[in-house]
Amino acid sequence: MQNIYSAVKITNNVYWVGAIDWGIRDFHGYTTPEGSTYNAYLIMADDVTLIDTVKAPFKDEMLSRIRSVIDPAKIKYIISNHAEMDHSGCLAEAIDLIKPTKVFASAIGVKTLKELYHDQHEIIAVKDGETLSLGNMNLTFMETRMIHWPDSMFTYLAEEELLFSQDAFGMHLATMERFDDELPQHKLEYEAATYYANIVLPYSAIVLKTLEKVATTGWKIKIIAPDHGPIWRKNLGWIIELYKKWATQRPVNKAVVLYATMWHSTEKMARAISEALAEAGVRTSLLSMNKFHRSQAAYEVLEAGALVVGTSTLNNNLLPQMADTMTYLKGLKPGNLIGAAFGSFGWSGEGVRDLEAILKEMKVEIAAPALSIRNAPNKGALQMCQELGKTIAAELKKKLTSS
Amino acid sequence: MKKYVCGICGYVYDPDKGDADGGIPKGTAFEDLPDDWACPVCGASKDEFSPE
Repeated sequence: MQNIYSAVKITNNVYWVGAIDWGIRDFHGYTTPEGSTYNAYLIMADDVTLIDTVKAPFKDEMLSRIRSVIDPAKIKYIISNHAEMDHSGCLAEAIDLIKPTKVFASAIGVKTLKELYHDQHEIIAVKDGETLSLGNMNLTFMETRMIHWPDSMFTYLAEEELLFSQDAFGMHLATMERFDDELPQHKLEYEAATYYANIVLPYSAIVLKTLEKVATTGWKIKIIAPDHGPIWRKNLGWIIELYKKWATQRPVNKAVVLYATMWHSTEKMARAISEALAEAGVRTSLLSMNKFHRSQAAYEVLEAGALVVGTSTLNNNLLPQMADTMTYLKGLKPGNLIGAAFGSFGWSGEGVRDLEAILKEMKVEIAAPALSIRNAPNKGALQMCQELGKTIAAELKKKLTSS
Repeated sequence: MKKYVCGICGYVYDPDKGDADGGIPKGTAFEDLPDDWACPVCGASKDEFSPE
């Protein structure tokens, strides 16, 4: 029987030999409604080389795709650009099967792989800027620490003008299409932004430095091959500009209102605040965290200028949905935001106070005092919510004019 | 005063700059950083740092 899984040719000498995970929906807390791919690449140089592997359960799919091009035993080198398990999960088994002459990773990659798999395989550390000859072709390695793990690195194949960028420029999108120009651009933008917000955002300062570093190498790049999602062969300039925009975190005229509610009182407040923000000319997204997933909140906050958060008080605490969302957002370190907290309570009201404290920890500039309402908001309370919305809108406008 | 490099992410602590986000004023020597100070980029603890 013919292989079910075949390789996809990217250039004359490079093939995609990854795996498609149609079913994954939870990627360590980031919801992935469209599944994902784990991309591995085969370079058919004199010394045949495999770039990255796939998540453990997908090993046979990868090997099958490799076999459609060449006997896996002919692979001489394996490069691990990123030690995270979705790219290294079958590395040890692949080494045992393929028996490559050498396996390479960054210095921290070597250490991380040892600490993850505790096996005896020898992995050789390559330095930033080091090159590896594949006979008729050459690879150059570039450390990209914290994009998005300390071990992460890029590998550049000069002869094909191809950059293997591991998770950078990736997205969680399971498709049969392998290239960016085969997919609608709005879908690429949404999925790339969601991925950036949920994975790369905390390291935005390093993204900017890395983009500069790549520019100074003088590398000609006509293809970017990431470890998830489609391969960029048409919209390279576009996705790089988007990365610069997201990494810069310049505030925009948009407010994100996130809340969780018990008996709809905090919800009424959220609606009044949102309507006032919109009426004052601020693009506003309203998300009930009772219903939305935290990764959707991260996507909305990626390009925003104001973050307004609300909670009821439950057992002297904020609601667990907001604790979840705020813990997640705090880790993602969104920058340049103004904000405020609001909510309804029955008798003590700690939730709103806690929310405001988290905003401060996140270095969100508090634009208005927190608004707490006992029980259901009456007309006067809803007017106060409208005032809060107006104040935030006015503060945001000031900030946008001055920046 | 010596600069120190984070062994995890490569961030360089420069005493001349301090770490404003972490509440560390300019002119603070690495040795004088509080024990619970953490790398502003990756969160690694002080003992992951070595002199540049």
